[in-house]
Amino acid sequence: MTEVASLRRTPLYECHLEAGAKIVDFAGWEMPVQYAGVIEEHRAVRGAAGLFDVSHMGEVRVRGAGAEALLQRLTPNDVSKLVRGRAHYSGLLTERGTYVDDLLVYRLAPEDFLVVVNASNAGRDFDWIASRAAGEAAVTDESDRWALLALQGPKALEMLAPLVAPQVSALKYYGFVQGTVDGAAALISRTGYTGEDGFEIYLAPEDAPRVWRRLIAAGAAPAGLGARDTLRLEAAMALYGHEIDDTTTPFEAGLGWVVKLDKGDFLGRDALVSQQAEGTPRKLAGFAVEGRGIARQGHGVVSDGGAVGAVTSGTWSPTFEKAIGMAYVPPGMAKPGTSLTLDVRGKPVPAVVVELPFYRRPR
Amino acid sequence: MYPTEYLYSREHEWVRVDDDVCTVGITEFAQQELGEVVFVELPEIGQVFDANDELGTIESVKAVAEVYTPVAGEIVEVNDAVVDDPELLNEDPHGEGWLVKLRFSSAADLKSLMNAEQYEEFVQSGEA
Repeated sequence: MTEVASLRRTPLYECHLEAGAKIVDFAGWEMPVQYAGVIEEHRAVRGAAGLFDVSHMGEVRVRGAGAEALLQRLTPNDVSKLVRGRAHYSGLLTERGTYVDDLLVYRLAPEDFLVVVNASNAGRDFDWIASRAAGEAAVTDESDRWALLALQGPKALEMLAPLVAPQVSALKYYGFVQGTVDGAAALISRTGYTGEDGFEIYLAPEDAPRVWRRLIAAGAAPAGLGARDTLRLEAAMALYGHEIDDTTTPFEAGLGWVVKLDKGDFLGRDALVSQQAEGTPRKLAGFAVEGRGIARQGHGVVSDGGAVGAVTSGTWSPTFEKAIGMAYVPPGMAKPGTSLTLDVRGKPVPAVVVELPFYRRPR
Repeated sequence: MYPTEYLYSREHEWVRVDDDVCTVGITEFAQQELGEVVFVELPEIGQVFDANDELGTIESVKAVAEVYTPVAGEIVEVNDAVVDDPELLNEDPHGEGWLVKLRFSSAADLKSLMNAEQYEEFVQSGEA
């Protein structure tokens, strides 16, 4: 007899069923992959606003006089430049300079940080940080304390404005406030994973269903993990386990801007300094498929009869109505306009390298 | 929900028999599992297949599924409408979303297929 751990549910599970969600197992959670359909939800986010439940993501609280120094040591971005009310995109790196996870660091107060990590790595990331704290900071797993909704799209501000205090219209990208949404205590940040304007709303679990229903009533379309993936891919945003993992450095993944070598020592710095001097063995490139078919993760990039690279993510793009994706290729093949041949289930399919991101929202 | 005049395979294809030609498509269940279809690859007229050979593929945003022919035979017609407008498969999988017609060689192949009631049960059973 085998014992199977039961899947977890976010506080919004009933809301998803109400909205007609198709539920799947994702990282040990029962999550909505779609409601009306991936393409329809994707277009709703690009044209109006969509609402995602991302409560399954992990949160690690790091507090104390040594909190900044701890995070400065464990992440490549510069925490000393992160002021109260701001977040930045960063990561946890191994001593080889490769990814343990990508994440957001929020500075709530001079000695108080919230680190938000991928659901699939939540337990591991908490252990990674806590085991390296050496008594200089208090590290707590707050994943169960926070529900998280992402309201994304050009109409997100308009839908949120009547419900939120203080006003967020002037909030800058990656800025956040602590206030209320529909009277519920919330942390509201101008962040997201879609390439649109939008807000991520951190709430107490018991308040989440009410706020979800208010935003749906205000016109936000429920959007699932399927659309979340097509949206982030069009915006060329990395997904752990695809563009980044423990074999890839930020430089290979086009995330060099996250690395502040001059800030002082951090885990992985020596390896990154070497890589910067020697150059990366491969580079992440965006491509558009010119033939028929969709290239997906694992499909090879072939040249002269052999595999020279591999697709990290691929899908059919609802915005461009063609198959797009990203792949690691030899640096010489990463220039936009380069012709590629992809091996899609044994068939050669032509593609062309295009500039990233595929999609940039109109300003 | 499942037309009673059709027969069904465990791979979620349906078959409609008209004398020695059968029409093959995928079922409502299959269409729902796949999601929005964006590409359909079908064989050419004249190609010959054995029973359970792969006929082609159907790609949705998130998955690709092989289509198998429940019967051995020769392709006599291909539904170009579905190749040009893959959404037809989602909208009308039992009708306008048909895939190919085959002149089939052996009625014996039909014996292992399910009728509508059996297929309905198969889908409900959770084994599908």
